[in-house]
Formats: sequence, structure tokens, C-alpha cells
Amino acid sequence: MDLNTITEIRRPSSADAITKWENGYAWLAGGTWLFSEPQIAIHTLIDLEDLKWPSLTVTDQGLEIAATCKIIELENFKGPADWKATPLLSECCHSFLSSFKIWNVATVGGNVIMSLPAGPMISLTASLEGVCTLWPRNGAPRQLPVVDFVTGNHQNALQPGELLRSIFVPASVMRKKHAFRRFSLTHQGRSETLLVGTLCPATGEFVLTVTASTLRPMQYRFPSIPSDAKIREVLDGIPLDQYLNDTHGSPEHRRHLTYYFAEQIREELSA
Amino acid sequence: MSYKFNGQTFDAEPRPGQCLRTFARDLGWYAVRKGCDAGDCGACTVWLDGKPVHSCLVPAYRAEGHEVTTLEGLCCKGEMHPMQKAFLDAQAYQCGFCTAGMIMTAATFSEEDKKDLAFRLKGNLCRCTGYRAMDDAIHGVVHVEPDVPGQSAGRSLGNPHGPDIVTGKTRYTADFKMEGMLHLKVLRSPHAHARVLAIRREKAQAVPGVHAIFTWEDVPRKAYGTGTHEDYRVEPDDTYILDNVVRYVGERVAAVVAETEGAAEEACRLLEVDYEVLPAVFDPEISMSGKAPIIHPKDAFTSRIDNPDLNIVREIHGENGDVEKGFSEAHAVYEETFETHRQQHAQLETHISITYLSEDGRIHVRSSTQTPFPTKIKLGYLFDRPANDFHVYTERVGGGFGAKQETLGEELCVLATLKTGRPVKWEYTRGEEFIGATSRHPFRIRVKIGAKKDGTLTAIQLRVLSNTGAHGNHAGDTLGHSINEPLTLFRCANKKVDAYAVYTNLVPSGAFRGYGVTQNFFAMNSAMHELANKLGIEPLAMLRKNMIRPGDTLLSIWPGPADVEIGSYGLAQCLDKVEEALASGRGKPKPEGADWLEGKGVGISMLDCCPPLQRSEARVDLTAEGNYRVYVGATEFGNGTVTTHRQIAATILGCGVNRVQIINADTDKAPYDTGTFGSVGTTVSGNAVRHASETLKSQILALAERYTGAPQKTCALGDGDIQYNGSGTLALADLFARATQDGQRVNAVRKCEGMARPVSFNVQGFRIAVHRITGQIEILQSVHGADAGFVLNPMQCRGQVEGSLAQAIGWLLFERMAFNENGEMINPTFRNYRIPEFGDVPRAEVYFADTYDTIGPLGAKAMSESPINPVAPAMTNALKDATGIRFTSLPVSADRIFAQLAKLKK
Repeated sequence: MDLNTITEIRRPSSADAITKWENGYAWLAGGTWLFSEPQIAIHTLIDLEDLKWPSLTVTDQGLEIAATCKIIELENFKGPADWKATPLLSECCHSFLSSFKIWNVATVGGNVIMSLPAGPMISLTASLEGVCTLWPRNGAPRQLPVVDFVTGNHQNALQPGELLRSIFVPASVMRKKHAFRRFSLTHQGRSETLLVGTLCPATGEFVLTVTASTLRPMQYRFPSIPSDAKIREVLDGIPLDQYLNDTHGSPEHRRHLTYYFAEQIREELSA
Repeated sequence: MSYKFNGQTFDAEPRPGQCLRTFARDLGWYAVRKGCDAGDCGACTVWLDGKPVHSCLVPAYRAEGHEVTTLEGLCCKGEMHPMQKAFLDAQAYQCGFCTAGMIMTAATFSEEDKKDLAFRLKGNLCRCTGYRAMDDAIHGVVHVEPDVPGQSAGRSLGNPHGPDIVTGKTRYTADFKMEGMLHLKVLRSPHAHARVLAIRREKAQAVPGVHAIFTWEDVPRKAYGTGTHEDYRVEPDDTYILDNVVRYVGERVAAVVAETEGAAEEACRLLEVDYEVLPAVFDPEISMSGKAPIIHPKDAFTSRIDNPDLNIVREIHGENGDVEKGFSEAHAVYEETFETHRQQHAQLETHISITYLSEDGRIHVRSSTQTPFPTKIKLGYLFDRPANDFHVYTERVGGGFGAKQETLGEELCVLATLKTGRPVKWEYTRGEEFIGATSRHPFRIRVKIGAKKDGTLTAIQLRVLSNTGAHGNHAGDTLGHSINEPLTLFRCANKKVDAYAVYTNLVPSGAFRGYGVTQNFFAMNSAMHELANKLGIEPLAMLRKNMIRPGDTLLSIWPGPADVEIGSYGLAQCLDKVEEALASGRGKPKPEGADWLEGKGVGISMLDCCPPLQRSEARVDLTAEGNYRVYVGATEFGNGTVTTHRQIAATILGCGVNRVQIINADTDKAPYDTGTFGSVGTTVSGNAVRHASETLKSQILALAERYTGAPQKTCALGDGDIQYNGSGTLALADLFARATQDGQRVNAVRKCEGMARPVSFNVQGFRIAVHRITGQIEILQSVHGADAGFVLNPMQCRGQVEGSLAQAIGWLLFERMAFNENGEMINPTFRNYRIPEFGDVPRAEVYFADTYDTIGPLGAKAMSESPINPVAPAMTNALKDATGIRFTSLPVSADRIFAQLAKLKK
């Protein structure tokens, strides 16, 4: 929609060009959320398009996903053969409520920064143990795991003016085996619950990541595949008020599905 | 800067925060539509360098240096794109508002993409069709049949607007520009109930471009109801254009007109309002308890509110026979409370009004209305002017479903135009549709029914509570309607109802497809199923035993007979067909796994084909070219009236439909018509067209006799000419010329008014699977039997049935308007108020009963509204069959049913 309060667009070729941060500024990546609601507190959009960050960089260490990487690029990504987790990228792309057409515009960083419980890029990067690189306006870059970056429903650790530069996924995680479960009240709707389990072929470590159900991503590590009782025990630690209550699902149902899917994931990865 | 649209270069500069959608429209590319303006509906889909995007989310400046293609640019050298042709051949649209985005999306599909349309089309919402027609179009299925002059009735002919719809030439309400047009925006209440103490407008007035600000002190202090009917007195006078009391979160407090939408919005934000917050009530039972705040403290008689002190707009009590006696004779009695929820129409075109003055001082109102004529009369009343000072018209309307049987904007625009002398436009946002328009009445229904051992009903008793929200528009009529057909359909000597429509501090309810009947058929069908279970009788046998039969008196709870007749009876056929289909084994198999439970269920319904007071007039002219022009006031918003009216006229006049032009929905050009709502498009307006056409035919034949000397009985009216005496031919153009020379007019006018009202029947069947643990419901088979009389256009009629099913499936499975404790709706967007997408609506088997109605035109009766009515109970009956659990409230979404399912033993 028209953002009628916007009076200025800035299109820097380097983030360093924005030295002073003011109230009413906003970074503009794909714009698919910014332009979907009135933004009456914003008067200046700073477009990241001309920064030309490479979207996906594969190294021996892992996968660097630029914040400006478009969803469609992630969907089309073909990783090294031993990166068994690569199909999870597409599974998470397909977990968007929105159309594939939005993929042509929307960015990974935008979805993570929105920090909605159902953000599929949060599910993806959190379960793959991604680490955010953040660029404060003044100061040295800092790093924060995705699970800690998202702090609540529509809340995160970004400081005013701070920029999410990229998310790094270690190659060791990309080599993990994974299991994916998702539920939505409509056939291709917003995730009511999205759980991913990973199993490290080298160490046997099992990591369960709960997203969409809860206000922020919850991650549980087990040295090996735990018993069902053990999983239930850790999930019992999530109070009901940490489950999201909105028109895409009730807290009770989300909790119910979380236990159900966690058990299924445990079973699948045990096989 | 320069921008390239459809191969043309434009030197233009978008505003900094402008999106590509409005920028394209500013340049005249109107086939870039606003359904949601938030990226959820896809109506604004365009290509950016060949890639489809939702243009409402794209900053306009980013299109610089790229090629933008809109639907208008898809035609290549005048040739339609194959996907445009495919949509035309399959008639994959009703109102056509979503079509531009649909085609711009589908035209990018590879063969591989076409295999997964549930995914590929999930970002394109259509509220009319139920998506089957798109599925067919994309797979190249052709449904349009060729016309045969004089025999068009009964054929699947295309919508005459089809070619314009698929090429983007069709103009909807907003597709209109005028020099000096101002924009209107309103400030809406943050409180559910409050008195406006003061509004300071200085800061708002100072915003550059602001022309006028209106508050309750600036409007005519005349009470009215927003609903539009033949007789305004069916509604209470409980609304003012702007008031000093607000009664729901979202109610209008003030209006601003300015040079731009942005300036009007900013001024609204700068208005300083002092409120005295008043206590609010949201539950209708509490509202009528005597302990709630009085929402409309008015005189009962003059305001036509039945009991203002108890917040009761309308109450209806009645009994036929003696239910106490009936229950005492019953061997089994079932009693339960059922609850239905609010639903938004979600028609893709929001409410839009554009008003302007002509030099003669008349006020022109271009509106997205279903009721131009009653709107005109209401405007005359509100502004103390002769109704004929107003010209109300539609061009093409993007969906209605009852949402546009209201005056919800015309009045403010007229006020602004009268004040400023300038054209004024007000376009609702999608959010305003949810919080500031109307929605389906939520009902709470206590049902008690009893029957003898053999299943014969002995008594039916209902207590109905309808939540009309903050205003009484449509409160009484929906209540009355709701307790009519759902009781009339069942033969029973003893029937009793106590029904109340009650005010609360929530967004007003209003007219919505089904109009109260949907709600009570949910309760009645559920109760019939349960009573059958109690008696050990097969549910369908129970229905067959008790449903009305031809020749039966149609009686609900009122003592006298109504003007309703069974003009044709296809109910038994519909039920047989649905039962047969469900037994056939067709449809999808139950998913693998022991946790899936399977069940079947059926619901039945009946609908009176039009409101008692409805009337319409049609005029048919022979033109100089030997063609016909039909003037009829009915509106077209995807219901298909223009198509069927053309078929009715052409069939009677013996010509091809291409010779018939329809002029409709314009108070200056067409004769009076109450409006298109309440299932009247075919039965009432269609009957007017039929009578006028028959009269014109007699006139033409009489003239033919005069000019040829051949006896009338040897003259046959054909496609453009008259054949007489076996071999002679007189061209109609020549007949017209002769007649004109003679000073003879060749036209006819007839009214349809006060006719008996026929009834339509519908039966829905579902076979479903429900997952015991997750609560997920999968529809394995959906079957619908419709008794539409003689089906004038099978393709179109099927589309209406399918669209109804989709709307019903959304309502019963997941659509919900959620409110917080302050009465504020928390999900006023399509992303949070889900309406069915392609993948949510299974392809239905649709069967038509073989009947011919004695009342409707050419044997036809209504079939756009009624198919929604039996759908919800068919689902909950299937759930009962699968699980043994009776779900008594809607929606039956997974998160609302899983807890009960979890109690089932494995």
C-alpha cells in the first residue's frame, strides 16, 4: 500500500553512508512487510538494494546467507552433496503463508527481523543453528545466534539503526540429518506449529527446535536421541503463556501439536 | 524519471512511499486492482521484467529501468494471450475483480506448476467461484457453449462482459478519474462505547490540502438505518451520518476531505477527540438482561426499536399448534444450544463511493452498491432533497454477497461534495471492511425437537438470539427469515419460536448470503440428526419422513399462510442424488493411518426466492438495427444477472443473445428495481424482463401483420427478422423504420411486483476424514444437489453453487473474526482472517434437480444465495458420524475440536 508518511527514500551504496540514525528511519529490504501495513512512525526509507551483498556464499566453513538474500534464491539453492540439510531450505520456503510471488521480492533478513513466531526463515536458521552478524550504526559488528536474536513475538535484539548483515550456518550443521513437521489450520496457511529436529552423524547430538508454536524459537540439545519421556520433560518447561494465542491457533492446540510432533521427530530420526 | 509499462514509456515521478499498484493506476492501468493492499490477495499482480509480483508491496521507484506488464499489456497485437482465452472459455470468474491478478499469475505457469495449483495459486484469493473454474481454465477445459438463436435458455453461455474482464478493459467502481477529485477518510472510534465530548480540529485543518472536516455537528441530524430495502421501515432509525455517541470500536467519528488520501489520513490522525468512555456490552444475553448499558436510548415507537431499554431491536414470538402437547406425545426429545459466529463477506472490491455534481445541480453517485434505487431514496431523505436530484449508478461491482445492501459511504461523499462542490471519492481499506462495514449475524440457538418412535416430528421449539451489533440494520429481517424456512421445511403440527435480535457494542451485523437462514439450518439439521440417532433411525430416513412435500401448506410459526408457493419440488431428487453420490465410492480415499476417522453427513435446506416486498420493472426496446435493448435496474456483481437476463430476453424474442444489450443498475437509465439481494435476480428482475419481452414480441408480431398483411399466426419472430407466410421475410430493422415513420414506438415496459414467491431447495453431502490427534479435517468428497428449477445457464449456476460452498467451507472450518476484551477486532487483514484459498476448496459434484418452476421465468428459480445453507450441518453431521461427537459451535477448526477428539478411545 502507499506509505503516505514517507517523505524521503535514500539509496546508499554502502551502509556506512548512514552515520546518524534518527527516529522515523527504517531499513528497506524487500519491503513486503513494510508496504503491507501503514507505517505512520516512519518518514525515511533507506533502501538496502544497492548494497549488493552477495546472497549466498558457500565456503568450507558453511553457508553465509545475506540478509538481503531473496527467498527465491534460497529455494533454488543447491548445496554441496554432503549437505544433507539442504532440502530443509525449500521446506521452510514452502512454509510461508504468502505466495511464491512474494519470494521474488521478500528477503531472508526481512523475515527474521519481523520476528513473528511463524517466520519460516526463523524456523530455518534457528534449527540450523545459524548465527546473525549484526552491524550497529556505531561500533564493531557483533554476533548472536538466531535463537537468541528473536526474543519474543515481533521482538528481537536489534538496536535502533542496527542492521542484520547476514546469517551464517556452519557446514557441520548443514551435514546433519533432519526431520520436519508443520501444521496449519488451513491447507497452506500460516504455521501453527513448526518443529525441526536434527541429528549429527558425527556426534549423535540431537537438536530439537520449536518454532511457530511459541512466542520465540525454543531449542533443546541432547547428546544423543533422548527418550520420549525426556523430550516431554523438557517441553513441560514451556509454560502455556509462552505458546502463541492468535487466529492461527490456540495455545492449547499448539502445545498439543508440539508434543505430538516432537515425538514423531524423535522416532523419525531414531530410525 | 521514466517508467516503462506495457511497452510504453512514461515520464512520471512516484511519491516516495508510493507503491507500484497505485502508480500504475495513476498512469491509467486500472487492471491492477486493490483487494487487500497488503500482499495477501494477489489482485494487483503485475510482472516486473516478466516475474510476477504483488505490486502493492513493491516501492514504485524500484520499477525504474524495468519493464512492467499489466493485464492490459498481455494482449499481443490485439490477440489474447492463451491464458486470457482459457479464462474466457472456462468462464473462470464471476465478479471478475480477481481475474487480472489470476491471469497475470497463471500466465507464468509452466506445465510443472500447473500440477500444483494449490501452491501456485495460494496467493490469489477469489471469493466468488470456489476456484474450480480457474482449475479448469488453467488446464484448458472449455465450458462455454455456442448460442442458438431463440434457444439460449438452458445453455452455458458466456458472460457478455467476459472479453473485457479477461483483457482488463472492465471498469470497476474505483476505475474512474475526474478533475479536482478530493479524497475522503474517516477517523474511527478506539472505544466500544463512548460519548464524544469535543473534537478539536485546528491541527487537522492546518494540514496542506485539507478542504473540509465533518463531525456530528456538521451533518443533518436525521436518524436512519444503513440497510437498503424496499421499505425502509423494516429497520430501526438508530444511525446518524456522524453521531456524538460511538457504539463500537471502528465507528466513524469524523470525516476529512483533502486533495490526497495521505493528507486526509494525516488530518484524521491530528483530530483531537475527547471521549467520555461508557460501559460496553458484547454478549447479547447480557445485553438484554436489564443490567447492561442501554445502547440506543430512544423512543421505541418513533425509532422502531422494539425494546430500547433491554437493547432488543426486534423480538418475534409465535406458535402454531401446541408444542407442550407435542413434546408430551414424543418418544424422544433432543435439546441443545448451537452457536454460530461472525463472518466477513470479504468481497474483493471494498466499498467505494464517488460523488460529483453536474451543471444542473444534480448529484451523481458512482457506487459499489447492490441497491442503486433504495440508496437514491435514502439520500433524498437524508439531505432533504427530492430523490430525483440524485443519480446513483454502478459500472461493474466486484462482489457483494449482501455487503453492499447497505448505504455505507455514499452519504458522506454526498455531504462532502455538497459542501465543497468538488468530486469526492471514498474507498474503504480492507481493514475498514472488517471493522467498519458489516458481517454475518452471530446466532445462539436453543433447539428442542421431539418425535415419535417412527420418526414423525411432534414438536419444534427454538429460542433464537441474534447479535446485531451496534446498529439494527437488517436485524429484524434476518431474524424473521431465520425462523421461517428452517421451520417451514419440516412437517410438524407444533412449532414455537421466541426470537430476539439484540444490540451489543460490536461492529454491526448486516445482510449476508443466507440471511439468518444459514444459522438456523445449522441448528435444525444438527438436531434432526441427533434425534434420528436417539430413535435409532437412519438420519436420511428421518429427513425424508419429515421434509415438506408438494402440496403441503408452508407454515412456520405465523398463523396465516405466506405468499410463498412450491412452484416446483426438487428436494427429494436432490437428496436422492446426494445419497447416491456419497455411496458411490467416488472422491478421495481416507488418508493412510489408524488415526484418521471417516464419516458422512448431509444437510438440507430451503429458501424463499425473494423478500415479500421486492419489485422490479423492465423495459425492452427494439433498436433501429433490429436488435434489442433491455433496461432493468438489477445490479451485476458477479451474480450473473446480466447473462441470464439476456438469455431470457433472447429466448422469448427468438434471437441470439448478441442482439440483446442490457442497461442495468443506473437510476437514470433503467426503471426502478429494489435491488439485487434476497435471491431476486432471476425470479423478480428476470420475470420483469420476461414479461416485457413477451409484450414486445406481441407488439412486433402485430406490426408485422400490419406491414406484411400476413396473419399474425403465420408470422414467426426470428433472429433479426420476421418470417411470414412460409417464405416471406421482413427484417426487424425495416419493421422498426416503418414503425418509426408511422409514429409507432416499438418498446414495452412491464413490472414484476407482488407475485407468489417460489422456493429453492439445496442438499449438501460430505464424506470427510478427521485426524483423531491433530484435529485436521480433510474433505474427501463434497456433493451438492440444487433445485434451481429449469437451469437457465448450467455453467453459471454451477459456479454460483461452488462459490457458495467455498464461502460456507471457509465459515464452518476456519474463518473467524476475533475481538479482544475491549471489543476491538484483532485480525482485520486477510493474512489473519483466512478465507479459502485454492487448496482449501475441494472440487464438488454438483447435481441439478430436473424441475420446471411454475412461477419463475422460463421455469427457473433462484440459485446464488441458497446453496450456502445446508453446508455447515453436513460437515458437523459427518463429524458426528466419524467421531460420535456433536460439535455445536462453529468453526470446527482443528484447534477448536482437538480437545474433544483427544478424549476418544483409540
